[in-house]
Amino acid sequence: MREFDYRRADDVSGAVALLGADPDARYLGGGTNLVDLMKTGVERPARLVDVRTLPLDRIEPAGDGGLRVGATVTNSDLAAHPGIRHRYPALTQAVLAGASGQLRNMATVGGNLLQRTRCGYFTDVTKPCNKRAPGSGCPAVQGEHHNHAVLGASEHCVAVHPSDMGVALTAFDAVVSYESADGPGELPLADFYLPVGDTPHRETALPPGALITGVTLPPAPVAARSRYRKVRERASYAFAIGSVAAALDVSGGVVRDVRLAFGAVASRPWRAGIAERVLTGAPATAEYFAAAADAELAAARPLPDNGYKVTLMRNLVVAVLSELAEEAAR
Amino acid sequence: MAPSTSSTVTLDINGEKHTLSVDHRTTLLDALRERLDLTGTKKGCDQGQCGACTVLVDGRRTVSCLQLAVASQEREITTVEGVAEGERLHPVQQAFLDLDGFQCGYCTPGQICSAIAVIEEHAAGWPSAVTEDVRPEAGPPPLTPEEIRERMSGNLCRCGAYVQIVQAVARAAAETRTGTEGAAA
Repeated sequence: MREFDYRRADDVSGAVALLGADPDARYLGGGTNLVDLMKTGVERPARLVDVRTLPLDRIEPAGDGGLRVGATVTNSDLAAHPGIRHRYPALTQAVLAGASGQLRNMATVGGNLLQRTRCGYFTDVTKPCNKRAPGSGCPAVQGEHHNHAVLGASEHCVAVHPSDMGVALTAFDAVVSYESADGPGELPLADFYLPVGDTPHRETALPPGALITGVTLPPAPVAARSRYRKVRERASYAFAIGSVAAALDVSGGVVRDVRLAFGAVASRPWRAGIAERVLTGAPATAEYFAAAADAELAAARPLPDNGYKVTLMRNLVVAVLSELAEEAAR
Repeated sequence: MAPSTSSTVTLDINGEKHTLSVDHRTTLLDALRERLDLTGTKKGCDQGQCGACTVLVDGRRTVSCLQLAVASQEREITTVEGVAEGERLHPVQQAFLDLDGFQCGYCTPGQICSAIAVIEEHAAGWPSAVTEDVRPEAGPPPLTPEEIRERMSGNLCRCGAYVQIVQAVARAAAETRTGTEGAAA
């Protein structure tokens, strides 16, 4: 590991000033991803600015039934929060589906959104990777890609975003707040992650040196009936090979409102807006759920070894929406 | 302030303060084992995947291999050496002994620290990934073997002592509940 300077920030503006415009400096939250990447040499910061003790650890009401979650709230505290569990149960389920109890106690909401892909070529510094070393190539396209992207990828990168939390936040239209040298700003999660294109090393629309200060969940009555379903290669403590966050409001057998987002299929949590439009006002039946999934997945471009994800996602959508519809009918 | 690659830190471990100079790259795990001779905490994968290095930080279970020592100041750290009360073992330690919750013992300190926290998290009403209904109005889930397996999934056991580990955690949790109820009555 490269030697590094360490500073603890006293307040948000102090943190931003300490990081400055230094491309070799990083904010340290829980460290569960950054410290691991520093050990393997993927990250080689010259300075860490510790933001874990900043007063951003609260979950507060945000008007009309929304909630504002501070950036240093741990995954554990987010998942256990009664307001989150009551109003956005799929968010609690998503967070609890990720990592282990130990890691959830350390990991923060801000860090979760900025965690890096677990693509084996990205994490192995002896291999080419356009995300880690721009222009060096993407061995995954021809190589090991059974858990890589089927939506929104490019020939330059087919890695998936690993977050579970981010999938539920995307379904619920969360807005990221940040502080930069130019002052505070906001980015809807829908605009937070950049398209892959030929710049997979540029992952977010955050200004350089910006610090995430929180995430706001707008009021969403539909989210009270929501679910997160994650498929992985073992029963617990593994990254997804496909996941769905869904919320459904049905009345008289007709879909009044629906939220749908996919995980582990793209470089970012994938909002299934096409499927949502197909379903809104449609009969809440498995047939329509499948048609909506097909409409969303029509853009899928699977690689030789990950075509299963298209079928998997279709089946997941039908299963989760059917469960929610049954629950509504009870 | 000029950049510096090391710091003098004070760590609060098992109720005792230790002041030492650390290279910023030092993890809490390495500080415990290599600098403070607290070798109960074990190094397994050193990547946050196996749970052998689990300690309690401010009462929360934490993998000490991904926690930098310099970032561990002003926090109460409890290692496996600090969970017993004098000669009286912690109920989780006693249950692991009585029910053979280990074979080689390498993962055991991490399992024990994790289990202590699992029992507290469950008592606080935290749901898990296998909890059917996570809404607060559904009430806390019973600590079934399925719940224990899910909650302990961050601690790997190469010997495969899982069956007995689940039994040990269940017994310790039941004892803790009885103890609390007894104290309340």
